[in-house]
Amino acid sequence: MIILVVIALIVAGMYNGLVRLKNRVDEAWSDIDVQLKRRHDLIPNLIATVKGYAAHEKEVFEKVTEARANAISAGSTEDKVQAENMLSGALKSLFAVAEAYPDLKANQNFLELQRELTDTEDKIMASRRFYNGNVRDFNTKLQVFPTNLIASSLGFTAREFFEAAEGEKENVKVEF
Amino acid sequence: MTFDILILDSNEMTLYTQSDKNIRMTWVYITGFLVFVIAVGYVFAGAMSNSLVLYIAVAFSILMSFGSYWWSDKLVLAMSSAKPIDHAANPEIYHLVENLCITAGLPVPKIYIINDSSPNAFATGRDPEHSVVCLTTGIIEKLEKVELEGVVSHELSHIGNRDILLSTVVVVLVGFVTLLADWFRNWAFFGGRSRESDNENGQLRLILIIVAVILSILAPIAAVMMQMAISRKREFLADANGALLTRYPEGLASALEKISADPQPLKEANRATAHLFISNPFRGKNVSKFFMTHPPIEERVKLLRGMSS
Repeated sequence: MIILVVIALIVAGMYNGLVRLKNRVDEAWSDIDVQLKRRHDLIPNLIATVKGYAAHEKEVFEKVTEARANAISAGSTEDKVQAENMLSGALKSLFAVAEAYPDLKANQNFLELQRELTDTEDKIMASRRFYNGNVRDFNTKLQVFPTNLIASSLGFTAREFFEAAEGEKENVKVEF
Repeated sequence: MTFDILILDSNEMTLYTQSDKNIRMTWVYITGFLVFVIAVGYVFAGAMSNSLVLYIAVAFSILMSFGSYWWSDKLVLAMSSAKPIDHAANPEIYHLVENLCITAGLPVPKIYIINDSSPNAFATGRDPEHSVVCLTTGIIEKLEKVELEGVVSHELSHIGNRDILLSTVVVVLVGFVTLLADWFRNWAFFGGRSRESDNENGQLRLILIIVAVILSILAPIAAVMMQMAISRKREFLADANGALLTRYPEGLASALEKISADPQPLKEANRATAHLFISNPFRGKNVSKFFMTHPPIEERVKLLRGMSS
């Protein structure tokens, strides 16, 4: 009889531990979301500023606008990760294009936006790392003994890491 | 053989295993220290036939240390004429600290700057919500961004690992041992009356008194050595955890080299605050290895460079 009570307490403890770790993962994910949203909000202003100096670079503007719309409307974790990585790529192209316009690069508004976007990228990276750390802890807990015995029957599933984009992983070719 | 790290093959150690090992060793040291403290207490209380003195010693020691722990953020700042900065005043430094806090999942501490060309930094505060990170103008000017990130992440690791709480507990225990040793010496010097009648345990009492005499000299020294050993382990741990935060151990490694190569002593430091800084602010002091609050810079750099995370 006592043994059953002890086992029940142990299982309750394991369940609570898993809930705690899972909530940390969820919180870390919404922290990334906060930074991603900040980036979304900065982009329209950036496009407007660059258009003022390089109106004919239509292709890159469209790419950024489209990527941003996809990122905002993305649903599942996997879709979001992919869409945001594509947005990062599109922004890189936009800043590469801006390099050719010295007047634009001297514009105060542009410089301020660039600084804020760079900081936002840093913050996205930081919150991604924090999220991945929590995912690692959660997934590990799911796999080790003895929590692995009860985890799936209690409805806990492993979470995905926020991976880098395939393109980011390849080495950048520098051409002169 | 050193007390600190027994490296069998540093190539096999990652930042994670380093971190785990340092946490394990902290537990080992703390347990050993507690056993030592209890044994010392037993000897002194037995020698003076007075166990009330134990409670008084603990209470005193806690009282003496509590204030400095609870108000550690305000105290240290008052002692060192540091000035606060905020987001508007110094956005680059603020962002640097803020982004590392996001990675670590810590609240952003109050950031202060000391006007001193000697490069150094410290962190304090009773918990992450009341924490403070302090940087000298020297360290901001002389270090590259990745090196400064390494330093700040080391300090944030101290906050996250609750090292200030841990070192306060250790200081309380050291104080306990030192107080008992002092009181025993006074007691022995002034005639040594005991409170309880002790006709039965005469033999045991005599032995305890002899051991107490020896301990009254050695115990405080041994306690401080253990305190320093724990402090060094926590420094190694902060190095490893800090490097895990930035995923770039080379940043902290080259920062430590630059800091130790700088010949200038920190004007603001005094013996009470010296242990908080990332690198011993008193240059050129040739203290025995067992009494150093920080491990030697060469060892720290070697460990950071031997690892690829």
